[in-house]
Amino acid sequence: MTRVLKYVFYDLLRTRFILVYTLFLWFLTFALFQFDSDAGKVVLSLMNVALLVVPLVSVVFTTIHYFNSYEFIELMLAQPIHRRAVFLSEYLGVASSLVMAFLLGVGMPVALFGAGTAGLALVFSGTMLTLVFVSLAFLSSVLTQDKAKAIGVALLFWFYFSLIYDGILLWVVYTLSDYPLEKITLGLVALNPVDLARIILLLQLDISALMGYTGAFYQKFFGSAAGMLFSSLTLLLWVLLPLWAATRIFQKKDL
Amino acid sequence: MISVDQLNKSFGKLRVLNEVSIAWQAGKSYALIGPNGSGKTTLIKAILGLVIPDTGVIRVDGVPVDARGRYRTKIGYMPQIGRYPDNMTIGQLVEMMKSIRPDVPETDEDLLDAFKLYKLFDKRMRTLSGGTRQKVSAALAFLFHPPILILDEPTAGLDPVASEVLKEKILNEKRKGRLIVITSHILSDLDELTTDLVYLHEGQVQYQNTVDELKRETREARLTKAIATLIRQRELIHSVTPTT
Repeated sequence: MTRVLKYVFYDLLRTRFILVYTLFLWFLTFALFQFDSDAGKVVLSLMNVALLVVPLVSVVFTTIHYFNSYEFIELMLAQPIHRRAVFLSEYLGVASSLVMAFLLGVGMPVALFGAGTAGLALVFSGTMLTLVFVSLAFLSSVLTQDKAKAIGVALLFWFYFSLIYDGILLWVVYTLSDYPLEKITLGLVALNPVDLARIILLLQLDISALMGYTGAFYQKFFGSAAGMLFSSLTLLLWVLLPLWAATRIFQKKDL
Repeated sequence: MISVDQLNKSFGKLRVLNEVSIAWQAGKSYALIGPNGSGKTTLIKAILGLVIPDTGVIRVDGVPVDARGRYRTKIGYMPQIGRYPDNMTIGQLVEMMKSIRPDVPETDEDLLDAFKLYKLFDKRMRTLSGGTRQKVSAALAFLFHPPILILDEPTAGLDPVASEVLKEKILNEKRKGRLIVITSHILSDLDELTTDLVYLHEGQVQYQNTVDELKRETREARLTKAIATLIRQRELIHSVTPTT
């Protein structure tokens, strides 16, 4: 598998888009650190990039790459390699190049300017969200037959997790506000990788107090080692489950 | 070498392959022909394991087709459209293919030579013309001395010189006792290259025989004419038999 992966990765590294994406993140992070000396505020601004732009870029880039590589994937499948190996090479190639872009673009300046644990949480959640949305985009690519539909479904995932889900969550919390909902919202939050990443980040900044009682509850839960483990594992599950489903579908798919 | 037994495949409601049975032997070269949408590409893809049949068994050299794909070491495949990752160079592509089959000690680089692809080894795929990509596809198919060669429209898009080079190479391999399967709409090419003919129509094998036999039956000297006559006869039969 590594044999194919190596070349897929080489190819992606020289893609203009990856280069532009890296530079964009790098300039943005650098500029924000220039404007503000308070690392906490910079991380807060970058949080929106990590929660919105990173998933969007991952989703669109992955689906386009998958369909542009369609003939190449076909040719690879005509070689004596396992189907799964071809698919996972493509996945790892795309995922690692996007993660690398994020680490170089955001991780490096954050490390240089020393943003502490909040910076670490930012890099961690950005990386995890990249992986999650690359998985989801691969899932939507194998579920559909053409590029337009795949991008549509992938964007729907993005919309759902970034906007729609929060709307539903707010509505649930608002209508049932007479009941103690802390544990239930905790469960509901785990169902959305973007929310999970947001909470991990917010709790590292000193603004969780703004979230009132719930914030205190989250602080207590996510602040503990068990809470961090829970959220990291849940995010990991969000990477692996769609990838597993996509691999299974791909194994039985007609190309 | 390749045996296909009662193969069925539907895409949704469309029945693409209908009880297709085939026994292809080493040392022969087969022309797989039929109108557009007759199931040629689907049949080839099923043999390569790209399309998974609904029912039926495909064996390559006695080994059933599966996802692991060890059986594909025996097959060299040239696709109809060769598209490769934009930033990959020809050299990297050849290198990668070799790394997939490390157990082949000596590769067959005749076509890389003949098409002068060595000079282009560090050219990126994005910068290559369609014809050059086609040459790359051809060179890759022959690279590992495969006992089975499956060529999907091999000469389409090649210039006359390259086309002759490729045909010469195919004839060479034929003499070595390889099994060759070619689909093409350029019937004059097939006349030179193939010994046998499989005619697919609406997912069914309508005719399967040697080229010489076909010529005798239709009393035509050239394959082009013979096939045209064959198709006309079939259509005539179709028009008088009520469809069920």
